[in-house]
Amino acid sequence: MSETVIKIDHVTKEYRLGAIGGGTLRGDLQSWWAKVRGKEDPNVRLDDVGKSVKGNTRFLALDDVSFEVKKGEALGIIGHNGAGKSTLLKLLSRVTAPTSGTISYNGRIASMLEVGTGFHPELTGRENVYMNGAILGMTKAEISRKFDEIVSFAEMEKFIDTPVKRYSSGMYVKLAFAVAAHLDSEIMVMDEVLAVGDMKFQKKCLGKMGDAANSEGRTVLYVSHNMNTIRQLCTRCIVLDHGRLIYDGDVETAINIYMGSVGKIENEYTYSDEYHHVHTRGRKDGLTIKSSKFKNDCSSCQPGDVLNFDLVCDSKRKYSNIGFRFEVQFMDGVVVATAFSSKNVDFDANEEKTLHFSFDTTHLAPSKYRVDIIAYAHNEFGTQELIDGVYPGFYINIDENLDKTNQVTWLHQFWGHIQLHDVGTDEG
Amino acid sequence: MEKQKFSTVIVPKNGWLDINLKEVWKYRDLIVLFVRRNFVSQYKQTILGPAWALIQPLMTTVVFTVVFGSLAGLAADGVPTFLFYLSGTVAWQYFSTCLTGTAGTFTGNAAILGKVYFPRIVMPVSTVLTNLIAFAIQFAMFLVCLAFYWIDGQVYPNLLILMLPILILHMACLGLGTGVIISSLTTKYRDLTMVVGFGVQLWMYATPVTYDINIIPEKFMWLYMLNPMTPIINTFRKAFLGIGTFDLNYYLLSWAVTLVILFFGVMLFSRVEKTFMDTV
Repeated sequence: MSETVIKIDHVTKEYRLGAIGGGTLRGDLQSWWAKVRGKEDPNVRLDDVGKSVKGNTRFLALDDVSFEVKKGEALGIIGHNGAGKSTLLKLLSRVTAPTSGTISYNGRIASMLEVGTGFHPELTGRENVYMNGAILGMTKAEISRKFDEIVSFAEMEKFIDTPVKRYSSGMYVKLAFAVAAHLDSEIMVMDEVLAVGDMKFQKKCLGKMGDAANSEGRTVLYVSHNMNTIRQLCTRCIVLDHGRLIYDGDVETAINIYMGSVGKIENEYTYSDEYHHVHTRGRKDGLTIKSSKFKNDCSSCQPGDVLNFDLVCDSKRKYSNIGFRFEVQFMDGVVVATAFSSKNVDFDANEEKTLHFSFDTTHLAPSKYRVDIIAYAHNEFGTQELIDGVYPGFYINIDENLDKTNQVTWLHQFWGHIQLHDVGTDEG
Repeated sequence: MEKQKFSTVIVPKNGWLDINLKEVWKYRDLIVLFVRRNFVSQYKQTILGPAWALIQPLMTTVVFTVVFGSLAGLAADGVPTFLFYLSGTVAWQYFSTCLTGTAGTFTGNAAILGKVYFPRIVMPVSTVLTNLIAFAIQFAMFLVCLAFYWIDGQVYPNLLILMLPILILHMACLGLGTGVIISSLTTKYRDLTMVVGFGVQLWMYATPVTYDINIIPEKFMWLYMLNPMTPIINTFRKAFLGIGTFDLNYYLLSWAVTLVILFFGVMLFSRVEKTFMDTV
């Protein structure tokens, strides 16, 4: 068991909404003077009296959050805007202090809440590397030792003696990231630093951070909205929601929880308005996908199972040659595959039809999936035109098939979502 | 479970006077770099460069010499008027730049301070040191002028000039203390930023920079001497120009006031440095 490097113990951070304080020195002095004399504060609104912390002017950015991080872990932190991710990183990098609770850690923290902190536009790249390094806590000797490495990582040899105000934004970020990444810190804290920079450089940065965690034994805390980078980098993930820690553990599960798409898997759906596409929502004169009913148990399918289900469609108009498309999505919203109906269907005006579909799940790797159902028509341009769609059409869960020879838990982040047929293998 | 030791523990609040000097020492390279950055960036893309550090006090002195010296006749007797004002201006300039520079620490650097941690006191300290460079340039100019009049036999520098380092330290402490108080309070009350500009101006008129101390009536002298800058300017002039008197009691009083201000300032600073980002 490796040692704990960061321990966050019941940390709460409270902000006051709206104006801070009475806003004026006079108001605060009045309040203070009233307190000294033991009188009631003249600046407290009457309806606030008696309400202390839970009053409507208080806001808990972090609410009693506790967790530990072990040495060498790459911890992802995800959550929607306002969930408290950045507040947590700010507390860790000591930009501000918690309202209650303690944070303990071992070693140095290199925080990259924003790259290029302290870059001064008038100074040259070289001067700024020293400046930025020192702000991050390096000594001059350390920076000198790593200077060449930093510059070559940033690919900035040519421009290092130019004032940074002449840099492009990409160059700026590259140099800044290089400095931060080369800091000899035991803990790296990063807040979406990879949002800028081209693909090649992003890849390089991820590689560098991965190395830091895997081979150098440093601890990485990484906040991002980009699930792919989280997946590539992190070994563990926590999910924050409205200041509270709602999940701590495996990366895939965390992402699923964050995507909020772990919808209930049911075997019958009635598609109310919100299921439908914006353009067809509430429409009275077209084709409407109304409901579906499954003969299988969608929450537990074996790989290769064929789902049999009925789809009820109601048409107010005459349609001919309507096809159906089934778009299979992974839980993070990435479309994995699409299947088409084998036959097109005609509808008469005011006709309600029940269609029988059999959906083959072969090739889908074990996981939960969401399937959207789209009815389309062929238009004169030879493309498909949306007639109606339900989002989601249904959810399925494909169980892991444990009797196959080489089957282990499917690693979606490395292997993708499609499992091709086993490769023929012979000895000799 | 076994209790683990951690090298850093972050707790909600700092106590009063919780300045970690060891940590500041660890960041000494940063101080040097800040000083360099402040100084270099100030004069980048200017034609005259650091010469601006000379032009400013020089012009001020000329104006003082004409207005307060020749027209109003407020300068001390028996000493070249120009040198009288130059000495006052150079010394005052150092103090006032320290004060105004450190006063903007939190509000002016919120962008950096909001993103990364380093001991916050590094900022005001490096401001004070940056100003020291400008002061050195100005002081060199003063020495040149002084030498000119000295050869001529018009001024009488004496052994008190050995006190110069103490005087500089004194001004730095006073400027830092006052500036830090203002910067700590401005995180919450922006009113003070309005006060700083003309407050320094008013303070100058309460200090014998533009006039000779002899015009102050004797019965108000004790009150006048409560201004810690007064004995500093007096001592400075006594040392280099040989005018006025050096009163040890008043000088020590000035140190006492300075230390109280500095102590109070550092106390306030350490109190707000942790959470100022939430209010600034």
